Amino acid sequence: MRFTLKVWRQAGPDAPGAMQSYEVDGITPETSFLEMIDLLNERLIAEGKDPIAFEHDCREGICGMCSMVIDGVPHSPERAVTTCQVHMRSFRDGDEIHVEPFRARAFPVLRDLVVDRGALDRIIEAGGYVSVKTGGTPDANLIPVAHADAERAMDAASCIGCGACVAACPNASAMLFTAAKVAHLAHLPQGQVERAQRVRAMVEQMDAEGFGNCTNHYECMAACPKEIDVEFIALMNRDYLKASLAADDA
Amino acid sequence: MQLDAKIPAGPIQDKWDRHRQEMKLVNPANKRKYRVIVVGTGLAGGSAAASLGELGYHVDCFCFQDSPRRAHSIAAQGGINAAKNYPNDGDSIWRLFYDTVKGGDFRAREANVYRLAQVSNDIIDQCVAQGVPFAREYGGLLDNRSFGGAQVSRTFYARGQTGQQLLLGAYQALARQIHAKTVTMHPRTELLDVVVHEGRARGIVVRDLVTGKISSHAADAVVLATGGYSNVFFLSTNAKGCNVTATWRAHRRGAGFANPCFTQIHPTGIPPSGDHVSKTTLMSESLRNDGRVWVPKKPGDKRAAAQIPESERDYYLERRYPSFGNLVPRDVASRAAKERCDSGHGVGPGGRGVFLDFQDAIKRLGRDTIAARYGNLFDMYHHIVDVDPYQAPMVIYPAPHYTMGGLWVDYNLMSTIPGLHVIGEANFSDHGANRLGASALMQGLADGYFVLPYTIGDYLARAGNSDVKADHAAFQAVEREVGERIKKLLGVGGKRSPDSFHQELGRLMWDKCGMGRTAEGLNEALARIPALREEFWRDVAVPGTGDTLNQTLEKAGRVADFLEFAETMCLDALERAESCGGHFREEYQTKEGEALRRDDEFCYGAVWEFRGVGERPALHKEPLTFENVHLSTRSYK
Repeated sequence: MRFTLKVWRQAGPDAPGAMQSYEVDGITPETSFLEMIDLLNERLIAEGKDPIAFEHDCREGICGMCSMVIDGVPHSPERAVTTCQVHMRSFRDGDEIHVEPFRARAFPVLRDLVVDRGALDRIIEAGGYVSVKTGGTPDANLIPVAHADAERAMDAASCIGCGACVAACPNASAMLFTAAKVAHLAHLPQGQVERAQRVRAMVEQMDAEGFGNCTNHYECMAACPKEIDVEFIALMNRDYLKASLAADDA
Repeated sequence: MQLDAKIPAGPIQDKWDRHRQEMKLVNPANKRKYRVIVVGTGLAGGSAAASLGELGYHVDCFCFQDSPRRAHSIAAQGGINAAKNYPNDGDSIWRLFYDTVKGGDFRAREANVYRLAQVSNDIIDQCVAQGVPFAREYGGLLDNRSFGGAQVSRTFYARGQTGQQLLLGAYQALARQIHAKTVTMHPRTELLDVVVHEGRARGIVVRDLVTGKISSHAADAVVLATGGYSNVFFLSTNAKGCNVTATWRAHRRGAGFANPCFTQIHPTGIPPSGDHVSKTTLMSESLRNDGRVWVPKKPGDKRAAAQIPESERDYYLERRYPSFGNLVPRDVASRAAKERCDSGHGVGPGGRGVFLDFQDAIKRLGRDTIAARYGNLFDMYHHIVDVDPYQAPMVIYPAPHYTMGGLWVDYNLMSTIPGLHVIGEANFSDHGANRLGASALMQGLADGYFVLPYTIGDYLARAGNSDVKADHAAFQAVEREVGERIKKLLGVGGKRSPDSFHQELGRLMWDKCGMGRTAEGLNEALARIPALREEFWRDVAVPGTGDTLNQTLEKAGRVADFLEFAETMCLDALERAESCGGHFREEYQTKEGEALRRDDEFCYGAVWEFRGVGERPALHKEPLTFENVHLSTRSYK
């Protein structure tokens, strides 16, 4: 198969960027999208040119490293996948494909398709955990958890922290990411003690990082490789409202 | 090099308790005066950094990824073992210990394995308290499943994403400590060397992967939690970034490297479809609970699976190992697949594959039950191969997955360099020559939550503060070496990419030091590796500069280290003239093709001491004694 790639190239955080065109040929349909870029990069290295910088690691859809926008859609126009799981058989021979980095004010571009998503870590650091120390915890079966609650918690916890929700949102909002962690812990008895202060601290950090707000486009859910449900945003909003109305020391 | 394993005296059940009672402690008010470096943020490193931060130490934590949450532990699918015996099926600490020693083919240290089994239950309690959403039964209690190599159900799981959920638990505990400022996190920062001065680890030299800045970090103790070296094969189930650099650099500075030839080839990988393939994806071992493995009885049978009648199928694992059947340990299952393919029965691309078939399970349990158990794995397979496993069997083939070898550590998880501790997959201690499924997550978290936080306190209390700071001449000298090496890599100006060398090395290692090894093949590899290394330093192409984000430069440094390490790995495989666990020397097998262990000569851990690149390293031996699980031939028949 043959493709024309239009790829965002940017030498550094403060350098201007531009789309650059590359022709790739002889690609088999089983080749993955990232493997196609590998092949292009091999060629660029052989020509003494700078290869395209892009993030990847596990290449099986779980580490959350992928950070490309393909033809205007974070990860790819295919549903419920990360870029690393996209294969060239999903494209037509001769296609022109546009590749850009995830874009958001809170995700500055470091180089080419690599962005800084440290803001998401700082949201978790603000309160996305249960404050237990190592050791001294009760037997794991002491507190039963209803099957449905455990499953719902797992639905939320399967977020891979890639940031596609932010890149997809017209407001560059991180509501789906933040809500996924809030909802994961809110569905479990272990998460109840700190439920109010957790949601407040995380939402405040989210706002401080420069993410936008949610105006119900649901683009985040459509782009999410793990199909995290926007219902969790509703849960977070309810929890946040309740926590804000409660006394400061609640 | 002195190997003192420091195994406490007394009955095995009491060793860890007694050891803890005898340890020196650091006063709570003094802990903040100690600085500890933790490199790597997977299950071992993440849990260690968080636990040490909670205790009050000042921790500097490093990872090469953009976030500590992305370490490769995240990709573990199947589950984590513990001896809870919730299913009431006869499990106990003793049985988990026994299974692990036997599963490791009697090449692990008994005392370490017993401790691992002992703390396994605490791990589950800890994770549940953190909010890890393990699978539960309808009554609300935790669910368990069985896994290869065990006859009890002791595996806890969170769908097919157990590693992810356990890592997020550790990551969240770490995030809490970062917020509390007990841990300073350094993401996108790669260790390039370890600083040893006057016989003690003093710190590390790192490169900021965004700015290229080289800097020194001093500490009172250093912990490496940098994972395994499966990527020496190029194609493996590991993430692309996994590498041997941290452990190899420590080895070059004096840490013994133990049993590098003990690598695990996982039976259920997706076979590569061509040269473009950049990694092999794993299909969880849990699939063997309900999937049946078979090949056509007739060699070269090209018919689709559905066209092959029952009577013409060879369910070779059930045939050869009736009591364990499809649930034999990984090394046994992988070797059996290779044997069938070598004798012409293989299916799929190039005849290098076997069927993993769910039709019987779907008939017995219904599609919904199978979807609930394995849905995400089936989807993943469907995506990659474009075949629906609900309709047709999967085609699988063994793939490099885990490395049991690693830096030698004593009972306290300290390497042969005082102050340098090694935890998780990066060390060699618990799995012998083969690791059982769902035991890697257990070991990573055992080391990080429940072992190292004790033993490092004892070390610090005895050794005191290190007086060598980051501006000391010892650090400046290593910084200079690191800078010169980067300059050298950038300056070769050759024609071949680092990846092309990596691919060539990987193919060589897979052919000569993979699932089947012979003296002849290993000698051939030992002759070719130095030539390839020489070519690398003559012809590698690394465009760009050292003061920016330069992924080719990162890759080149890692490949250069693999090219040195591979030689020691082959040498170890050559030296070990026996078959055990994942190490199969074709010269040493029984008439039935099973591994032939030679306990009289090889019942030891082989520990290599670095003597220079291209120089033969010195071999030291840690004799292994089995006082509790008696040396016997492993049988899963």
